[in-house]
Amino acid sequence: MMKPVAFEYVRPETLAEAVTALDHDDARIIAGGQSLLPMMNFRLVQPERLVDINRITELERIERTKTGLRIGALTRHANAARDPLLAEHFPIVAEAMGHVAHVAIRNRGTVAGSLCHADPSAEWPLLVTLLDGEIEILGSDGHRSAEPSEFFLAPLVTDIEEQELVTGVHLPLPAGPSGMAFEEVAQRAGDFAVVAAGAMVRVENDTFAEVRLGLGGVFDTSVRARALEGALTGQRARAEELEAALPLAIEDLEPNDDLHASADYRLSLVPVLARRALIRALHRATQ
Amino acid sequence: MTGKARITLTVNGEPFEAEVEPRMLAADFLRDELGLTGTHVGCEHGVCGTCTIMMNGVSARSCLMLAVQLDGAEVQTVEGLGTIRDMHRIQEAFHEHHALQCGFCTPGFLMTVCDILESLPLRTDAEIRDALSGNICRCTGYDHIVKAVRTLVDERDGAAS
Repeated sequence: MMKPVAFEYVRPETLAEAVTALDHDDARIIAGGQSLLPMMNFRLVQPERLVDINRITELERIERTKTGLRIGALTRHANAARDPLLAEHFPIVAEAMGHVAHVAIRNRGTVAGSLCHADPSAEWPLLVTLLDGEIEILGSDGHRSAEPSEFFLAPLVTDIEEQELVTGVHLPLPAGPSGMAFEEVAQRAGDFAVVAAGAMVRVENDTFAEVRLGLGGVFDTSVRARALEGALTGQRARAEELEAALPLAIEDLEPNDDLHASADYRLSLVPVLARRALIRALHRATQ
Repeated sequence: MTGKARITLTVNGEPFEAEVEPRMLAADFLRDELGLTGTHVGCEHGVCGTCTIMMNGVSARSCLMLAVQLDGAEVQTVEGLGTIRDMHRIQEAFHEHHALQCGFCTPGFLMTVCDILESLPLRTDAEIRDALSGNICRCTGYDHIVKAVRTLVDERDGAAS
């Protein structure tokens, strides 16, 4: 039998109320609760105060900005998967959401919950890393934003301060027509990724104007394969060039052994998934 | 609120009002406070799926929600589907296809099927298996469950069986 320890429950209706409610030594935010509640049921987490932000409906919006799309913190995975704006500009999101846990969990789990939980194999941290997203944060001192490399510090550790909450993430539109693709290997459908790869390719004049490869499950945080990206930019936009650059994808990776896979197995998956993602992205970019 | 919280909700069409401790899980509230023990509790950390309910029209894990979060919600549990004498079509299909043996996982499967029949195309059996992947069954080997859902999808889509 597993039950949370007692806590004080606060349910703010506005962002200002939420920030006030977080002014406490041991407060935790609950959004979808799909990672936090298991940890509370196991009593791995025992907050004195739980701040439930589910009634702050302004956090549920997905909207167009001048330079991209803004996804509200409380956007559920299931809603992101069927959102028309995301489908138009970032079809990779729906593709990735198909790998997030199961139907009931996608109905409840949120974008900001996944970002703040910061599991190194989770899909949202990888998407935001791949797409150069800006994580929007509100605290008692006002708004700030953080790049993924500043926000994700270590497994399950982020740059969020005690009296802060993530209000959303901004995804800038690519500089031109692009192709994107997502690949993942997990032991069973909906399990945590052993390795996940997201690719974005932009082609101009038959050359790679931009290549991005994001990887999950192979480091303390989601990472970009910068060496591969740099080597491919400016090359002829051909599958052979992608193939030739694949060994660069595992540079600087430090995967861990765990119950699900050995570090060696993870490393061996990287070029396989990178190839699949990059080639599909190239195909989509040149269609 | 530090003490108990007052919640009002609708369960299977019936209004309820209750006082709950904030730490009480939604699954425990349904079972222990309302006596609706059709919602089963298995792993209590969101893995097995047997506690799946419908909340505001979509499926949710009732072990990963607090009772206090049901405030204002419309909940449907397996008790709201049908009775032994008057089964819901999903229950009939499970019965016809022998899609259960011990029955422990069945309430969760039935509620998941309520959701996916509404929300997903389920064109192939692989898609059905993927949609059911959040519910664990240790008896059937899943084959008969997939067949029951295939029948329901074909009926939904008006396909000739």
